[in-house]
Amino acid sequence: MTVSLDSQPMWRHPAFADGVREMAGVAIGLGAWGLVTGVAMVKSGLGVPLSVMMSLLVFAGSAQLASLPLLAAGAPLWVVWATAFCVNLRFVIFSAGWRNYFGSLPQRRRIVLGYFTTDLNYVCFLRRYPDQRPQEGQEPYFWGGVLVNWVAWQVLSMLGIVLADVIPTAWGLGFAGTLALVGLTGSLLKDRATWVAAAVAGCASVAAYALPFKLNIVVSIAVAVALGVLMDHQARALKSQGEV
Amino acid sequence: MADLPWYPIVAILGLAGVTLLSRSFFLIPEREVPIPGWLKEALRYAPLAALAAVVVPETFLTQGHLLDTWRDPRPYAALAGALWYWRSRGMLGTILCGTAVLLVLKLGLGW
Repeated sequence: MTVSLDSQPMWRHPAFADGVREMAGVAIGLGAWGLVTGVAMVKSGLGVPLSVMMSLLVFAGSAQLASLPLLAAGAPLWVVWATAFCVNLRFVIFSAGWRNYFGSLPQRRRIVLGYFTTDLNYVCFLRRYPDQRPQEGQEPYFWGGVLVNWVAWQVLSMLGIVLADVIPTAWGLGFAGTLALVGLTGSLLKDRATWVAAAVAGCASVAAYALPFKLNIVVSIAVAVALGVLMDHQARALKSQGEV
Repeated sequence: MADLPWYPIVAILGLAGVTLLSRSFFLIPEREVPIPGWLKEALRYAPLAALAAVVVPETFLTQGHLLDTWRDPRPYAALAGALWYWRSRGMLGTILCGTAVLLVLKLGLGW
């Protein structure tokens, strides 16, 4: 963040303060999410030191929450990682959007920048720079938002970790992490095809639960994606038939 | 493998790598790469499928078996959270509402 731009430190740029201010306005919901993730990590049996490590390094709430039951069950590493990658697929698409703004930066700087991008950064950034092209002040604005986002997330996540260590496990608060995933799932249900895909994935995951190595998750994703893509193709075929 | 002390550490380091790879994906190559069509289609369903595949067993299974009692607070808490999300689209309310139902059933009724 001290990378200088025109010999001026980035945090002195007026756009940096704008980034801080605009992110501060939307970071409250993010804090709650961080708190829940902190509690869920400890309650899944990860322990305080590993939970702190996970929060600081992984820095991706939904992927963390989704991988916790897999870690607790001792799933093979590739299943844990593949599941997290699927949950993170939206970031893969966002990264193509970020490229329009930051594609001319050196590769290492692009990658570091990419690591810190979150959903909220993307929303704020797109609102401020709707024309998808490089402009002066974009990098300071980006880092201002990232600073607030990162600090809010980590502080609340740490608070959750400390609280979880005090709250008795019998209260079952680890389930709050699953509740957060319920809301996230809801945000992705848009039409009949997505509802069907979600229902199929859920049922398949239960039906295939006896598979070793938590492969039920992988099987469910494969089945639901295949079915969803099939539904899309069929809908398109029907539509083009109707036009003939 | 899960009994080994390094298992969670390697898993977490790998997850950090997953974060880096997924968030920087199209920022990594030197030349611009167009998004392939299959990725756009997979994007629509894969995250949803992964979430549903994690949530449903966490809500309806106990040690690998479907619930055989109706006195388990998790389905009610999940239902309350889902209804809240459906009505208000608010994540905070979803978590609070579901957790409140969970606590009432668990601590209040002793389920």
